[in-house]
Amino acid sequence: MARYTPPPQSKLGQIFDVIVLLALTVGALYIPLWLGMAGSAQLHDTVDAPSWESLQQNATMVEQWAKLGFADAEAAAPLITARFDYSFSFFALIAVIVTVLGYYTMMLKLSEKEYRDVIAEKFGEE
Amino acid sequence: MSDITRNTPGIAEASEAAPTQNGGLLRVLGPAHIWALGVGIVLVGEYMGWNFAVGKGGAYAALIACWFAGILYSCVAMIDSEVTSTVAAAGGQYTQAKHIIGPLMAFNVGLYLVFAYTMLEAANAITVGFLVETVAGMTGHEGLNPQPFIVLAIMFLAWLNYRGVLATLTFNLVITAFAFTAILILFLATSPLFGESPLKHAELMTGLPYGWLGVLAAMHFGLWFYLGIEGTCQAAEEVRSPSRSLPFGTLAGVMTLAIAATLTWYLCVGLMPWEYLGQSGAPLFDAARMSGSTALTVLLGIGTLFATLASANGCINDASRAWFAMGRDHYLPSWFGAVHPVYRTPYRSIIFLVPIALIFALGAPLDQVITFSILSGLLEYTFMPLNVIMFRRKWPLDTIKRGYEHPFHPVPAIVLLCLCGITFFAVFLGYGTQLVAMIAFYIVVSLWFHFRRYRFVQRAAQFTMPWPKPQGY
Repeated sequence: MARYTPPPQSKLGQIFDVIVLLALTVGALYIPLWLGMAGSAQLHDTVDAPSWESLQQNATMVEQWAKLGFADAEAAAPLITARFDYSFSFFALIAVIVTVLGYYTMMLKLSEKEYRDVIAEKFGEE
Repeated sequence: MSDITRNTPGIAEASEAAPTQNGGLLRVLGPAHIWALGVGIVLVGEYMGWNFAVGKGGAYAALIACWFAGILYSCVAMIDSEVTSTVAAAGGQYTQAKHIIGPLMAFNVGLYLVFAYTMLEAANAITVGFLVETVAGMTGHEGLNPQPFIVLAIMFLAWLNYRGVLATLTFNLVITAFAFTAILILFLATSPLFGESPLKHAELMTGLPYGWLGVLAAMHFGLWFYLGIEGTCQAAEEVRSPSRSLPFGTLAGVMTLAIAATLTWYLCVGLMPWEYLGQSGAPLFDAARMSGSTALTVLLGIGTLFATLASANGCINDASRAWFAMGRDHYLPSWFGAVHPVYRTPYRSIIFLVPIALIFALGAPLDQVITFSILSGLLEYTFMPLNVIMFRRKWPLDTIKRGYEHPFHPVPAIVLLCLCGITFFAVFLGYGTQLVAMIAFYIVVSLWFHFRRYRFVQRAAQFTMPWPKPQGY
């Protein structure tokens, strides 16, 4: 197999590639944050005039909350009532599974194509 | 023959006798440094972050997640030890992927490593800031701005990494040992062995607030107990004896962490209501405060600080090695593949990753940063079983000499793949948007690499191991 000779890359081209990669990275991690789509799906039950009893906290728990700096039930209520919402649609789950499997399949197939070229050039075609 | 190929187990004597490589990284590390690198990166997981598993499923769910994550990481350590002790080169799993699966997979694995470690470094810096702010509040200095401390921590550790790997990892060894000892002292001091104990498990423990679904969901942050232990592989090109040091350091690290994780869980759930613990910023520090002892509070405050610094230190070390290795292979601009002429460190990669860590440490919430790190780690762990299965198929045991052969193949690979599938579902429960955003990112950068960047990469030159032609090609 003929040896592949990569084209030289200009400094400007190298800088451009790094900027593209950086933009994609920051975008992937920050766009969900900016759109308010990121973060845990936590819900807060609003409790009117919460008491330790209504928040189902026993005497020991109340004592520990006090040591942590939560003097009354009202201060601790937002933490105690925070709950994750684990409801999900079957469609969303399937979409995520397809995305993950599709990603690995695409990557393995394209990698295999590249790898065959590497091996052919390194060891020669049989 | 390249420097890397001289480092294979079959011809290790020559490389092990030489402390340095011409123009390469300095070969000075022993098994204790490998242990310190692995445990140093991860031990911070006991000081912060793991407790979000309590928030996702309750106290018992976090313990179950901790043990299942322990199984997951035992598989990771077994697989990694075999492949890394054979492919002993900077870049760790990136270099493995390049030789075993292919360039695009390698590029993705390199990015997994860089983002997992850089996000973990950012999370550590956030915790340093949070700790300083908390201590300032406790001493009457309310409203202290933590951001200068975040910047200072990252800059100081980057400078330490710039100056040399031996000093960096020796520093890690000392502060990791201190942080681990602090957990043991807190456990002994609060246990019923020495008089009255402040632990109140019977009164504070509740059932499973989300049922068994919460146990599955807790696996998401259960990974945080151990995340980063696979970073030991990044030092493969800098250890004196890869075939001995890497398996020993990595497996000893997993055992150390399993013990520390269980002790941490036991202490914290016996002192705090699960609703608080599940959202705490520094749970072990909180546990020390709850013990009522000023000495323990100071000890665990210093322990938290040291654990975060050790972790951030190891993360800078590992992320820069992965970035350096990709630059050296032209997967990224070759400018990053330079080694410092005096300190023999990948200094350009170290400097380049500093602002990226700062962007996230100063701008994103802790649980988001941790989730980004976990997701990159999870994608990497999913690659590992595929990697070892292909490794054994392409080069069966009798074709090349391995530094270590992991037992029961392919059971660890299958178990790891199943546990990764469960963890993907756990992340989907509550953080599904990040999961999709992250996968979308990797799909886009994969296409960018395959159709643009790869044209600048030499083909045969990527394959540097002195191995025979893989079977099936």
